[in-house]
Amino acid sequence: MKAPVSTAVAIGVGGVILLGYFLPVPYLANLRLLLLQWAVFLAAAALFVAALNLSQHHWARLTNRHEAGTSGLLLIALWGSFVLGLVYPLHSAAVRGLFRFLILPIGVALLGVLTVSLIYAALQMMRRRPGLFSVLFLTTAMLILLGATALPGIGPIPFLSDTLRPWLAQVPAAAGARGILLGVALGTVATGLRILLGSDRPYGE
Amino acid sequence: MTSWTTGLTDIAGLVFVALFLAVMLLGLVVKVPRPGRDLRPLRALRRLRQAIFLTVESGQRLHVSLGRGLLMHQQMAVGMVGLRALERLVSMTAAGDRPTIVTAGTGPLGILSRSTLHSAYETHHWEERYRPTDARVTGLTPFAYAAGAGEVIATENVAANFFLGAFGPEVALLADQAAARGEFVAAGSDSVLAQAVLYAVAEEPLIGEEAFAAAAYLGAGGLHATSLMAEDVFRWLLIALMVGGALFKLVGGHL
Repeated sequence: MKAPVSTAVAIGVGGVILLGYFLPVPYLANLRLLLLQWAVFLAAAALFVAALNLSQHHWARLTNRHEAGTSGLLLIALWGSFVLGLVYPLHSAAVRGLFRFLILPIGVALLGVLTVSLIYAALQMMRRRPGLFSVLFLTTAMLILLGATALPGIGPIPFLSDTLRPWLAQVPAAAGARGILLGVALGTVATGLRILLGSDRPYGE
Repeated sequence: MTSWTTGLTDIAGLVFVALFLAVMLLGLVVKVPRPGRDLRPLRALRRLRQAIFLTVESGQRLHVSLGRGLLMHQQMAVGMVGLRALERLVSMTAAGDRPTIVTAGTGPLGILSRSTLHSAYETHHWEERYRPTDARVTGLTPFAYAAGAGEVIATENVAANFFLGAFGPEVALLADQAAARGEFVAAGSDSVLAQAVLYAVAEEPLIGEEAFAAAAYLGAGGLHATSLMAEDVFRWLLIALMVGGALFKLVGGHL
């Protein structure tokens, strides 16, 4: 059997957390809380490992002189902001400035690119996948967008803004989303049970 | 809610999980359904298989993106399915000239993807093909992850992409970049928002629970196939309960 110790730990911890969630036994609930706290620490450690992994990749590029400038800049930004977070408190002007003047503008810029990408993709969809569902998808998206806008001199579009858009969003769209989420929930239960049974073991040797 | 109804809900939850488990195990004993025969065919995964064979033939790479599943969150479930699918995909592509490359956006998924890659190569006695740098954490925020994974798509001689994990709308940037380069994209997520975006952008989107079925359709084993059967059984049960509940309310009943 692959990784018997890790498998036993995963099954044991998973079983305790599942029973602690459902059964009103104080000892189980406390044990569940303790194990979840450990998991938080592990997640933080994994985040640090991820940062090291990212650095390892960019350091290799730096030493191989493959797009060294970009990788160097990324390394400086990553570890510079890490040190800044260690030295200054979270609500200090330095840390807030980092978010306000660097991370936020970059995020907003990428969001702008995303908007353009989505408009272009929506137009491309009819060519790539012509059919009833694509027409329905695009028509609904257009109606929802138009229903959320106000025309100059007219304001919100009558019927579309006050009747059709709310109906589309609250009845067919909400029903569809709930159906999808029920499917996702069932999939999540199945995945959890497979891990509890030791069938899915992504934790290696 | 009173204490007895809370207790009843907890017991009902436990009974639900126990019954789900029983149906999964019963399927193993009675008959393991075969995807494509006993289970409906999924076009996206059929085309992914074809794309993988073409990728191997052309000496290019498969890129698997596992998204940003967080350890303490239900999003990790779809990441776990992604890891299982990755194991199968490595087996399918290991004979090629270039190994599969994996990107993840969180620490735990990064560590697990490395472990899965190593384990998959070891199972097939291809340890020498394993390179730790083939599993990468490309960024720790959604857009940083998308930017880093986008670089992999652009520079690593990728011919086919499989995105399976927890994504937000930023997945559109990845799918769009891959599509612009003429690469194949099959993608699934547990997020309704990401699914809506992928429906517009990806060549082959996986909708709803199809993302959770991916590993089973890639040949991940009996329990994956029987869990699809259990999902179907409980989906019908939920539909019956919802319709019954609606009719009960309609005739004026109340609990």
